Amino acid sequence: MTSETLRPPRARESPPAATPAPRPRRRRTWRRALRRDWQLYSLAVLPLLFFLVFRYLPMLGNVIAFRRFKPGGSIFGEYWVGLRYFRMFFTDPTFWEVFTNTLVLGTLSLLFCFPLPIVLALLLNEVRARRLKRFVQSVSYLPHFLSIVIVAAMVMQMVSVDGTVNQLVRAVGGDPVPFLQRPEWFRTIYVSSEVWQTVGWGTILYLAALTTIDDNLYEAARIDGAGRWRQTWHVTLPGIRPTMVTLLILNIGTFLAVGFEKILLLYNPLTYPTADVISTYLYRMGFESSNFSYAAAIGLFEAVIGLVLVLAANTISRRTVGAGLW
Amino acid sequence: MVTVDRAARRPPTARRRGIRPTRGYRVFQAINGVILTGVVVVTLYPFLNIVARSLSDEAYIIAGRVSLVPRGFDLTSYRLVMSDAMFWTNYRNTVMYTVLATVIALVLTTCYAYVLSKPQLKGRGALVGIAVFTMFFSGGLIPNYVLITSLGMKNTVWAVVVPNAISVFNLLVMKAFFESLPAELEEAAAVDGLHTYGILLRIVLPLSKAVIATMVLFYAVSFWNSWFTAFLYLDQQDMFPVTVYLRNLIAGATGAQSAGGVADADAVQAAATLQSVTIVLTTLPILAVYPFIQRYFVSGVMLGAVKG
Repeated sequence: MTSETLRPPRARESPPAATPAPRPRRRRTWRRALRRDWQLYSLAVLPLLFFLVFRYLPMLGNVIAFRRFKPGGSIFGEYWVGLRYFRMFFTDPTFWEVFTNTLVLGTLSLLFCFPLPIVLALLLNEVRARRLKRFVQSVSYLPHFLSIVIVAAMVMQMVSVDGTVNQLVRAVGGDPVPFLQRPEWFRTIYVSSEVWQTVGWGTILYLAALTTIDDNLYEAARIDGAGRWRQTWHVTLPGIRPTMVTLLILNIGTFLAVGFEKILLLYNPLTYPTADVISTYLYRMGFESSNFSYAAAIGLFEAVIGLVLVLAANTISRRTVGAGLW
Repeated sequence: MVTVDRAARRPPTARRRGIRPTRGYRVFQAINGVILTGVVVVTLYPFLNIVARSLSDEAYIIAGRVSLVPRGFDLTSYRLVMSDAMFWTNYRNTVMYTVLATVIALVLTTCYAYVLSKPQLKGRGALVGIAVFTMFFSGGLIPNYVLITSLGMKNTVWAVVVPNAISVFNLLVMKAFFESLPAELEEAAAVDGLHTYGILLRIVLPLSKAVIATMVLFYAVSFWNSWFTAFLYLDQQDMFPVTVYLRNLIAGATGAQSAGGVADADAVQAAATLQSVTIVLTTLPILAVYPFIQRYFVSGVMLGAVKG
């Protein structure tokens, strides 16, 4: 990305801003490419500007994690403080508490939100009546289209003291519970609402993969005497394995970024002990305590771990099942 | 179900059409039906519950007696919310932001996707990489905020409509679509003397109506639903989108609940129907168009998965 070292070809057009610097002997082909395709390159200018300003500049902006930052000052901070902010959060007990919460919520979400769409897709795949199948699909996709605010509001209504869940509690003779103010209930509420929102939509790719499985494979399995379960196990599941791997990698990549917005909407000081996660903690550090550098340090830590997780998951899946994202 | 004689002689575990199901399989089908019905009920229940609550009398809700059927039919809350000028101002903002952001996003995404779809283009790999890398690593909340603030975009429309303009997923969907168009068409147009812009505008885009429609929907729904950007960057109430209006309504209620406990219970309950009404009114447009847009979404997701 060193456009300065790239001696711009004499073409009138601006060179593509962020292509790797060509070696000298390649310069002529670059010049030719520019002359031939300058209109195409010009189409890329605005989008590239967008990526540079709104995606890559903030990445550089992360240097404030190592620098003293004054609100209103330079976006890259004032002076170097080294690893001070990292040391601060590594020794901050609250940080480790929210770190643990993040891991727990992330693991629970993965545990439920990853396999359930597969199960639902397999069940849908067994439905013979096409109308019925399509109806169930349409209904189950619906929550995906709702704003997270609406989902949170619905959750609040469902679990409020006068809500449906407490009506059930009362029906079996219990006392109503203010679920959203009980830390021990937060994980259940969060994960179930995630499941409610994502399971149906998650089936789409699996259903698509299921239709591509060759019928002859089932035929062959049957001739070999495989029962329905063994057909599912030996034909169906391997058939959708690439899809499973891809989605698993994507899920792992967003593991730490557990539903920030939803938690922000659903938690309150009473449920911090289980609900507060890294992203919400850094949000409060940044915007409520105005400790931007500290919050940026936490954010950078989170983003780097996220990247490492994706790369690791991808490598492992390439080694073990021979398929990865790239 | 047709039973074919020849097939009946095969092992009875046959999976596909035309073969008599075993008893075990019929039991499974019955259980499957029950489970799927359960899925439908669980998915739809919260919607029906909210509608019922929004139409019910306050007293019945407090008593916890409203589930699927409205009790003590009452439209006061609807009248209250609908007579709130701020609600409509915010609703208008949502529409405005959605339209503006979708247009910006569509132009940028189309341009870039078209460039990326040209296999012979030098530097294409790097251009793809620049986009894809942002899927896995992002600057983070704080640097973004600092950037938007120092660009002077805070408290302007631009903070809401620009920073999320290109979704890399949508970009890849569109790229995959452009790649699937026959190259001969564009070559022929080039031979006829059309330049890149002309080819894009007069040949490619008219052929891409389906994918453009999908993109419009993807973007429009995500902008319509978004709240956090607006919540973060806008301070004036009359600039909020309706999602932030709803957010403040529910946040106010939980704030009171957690702070005031029993003393504030009445105030909280008074807010309960208002919340339901606001939820219903903000969900309605999505529900109204959902049956028509759903299949575009599904096909878009699959298109993205092929090349994603």
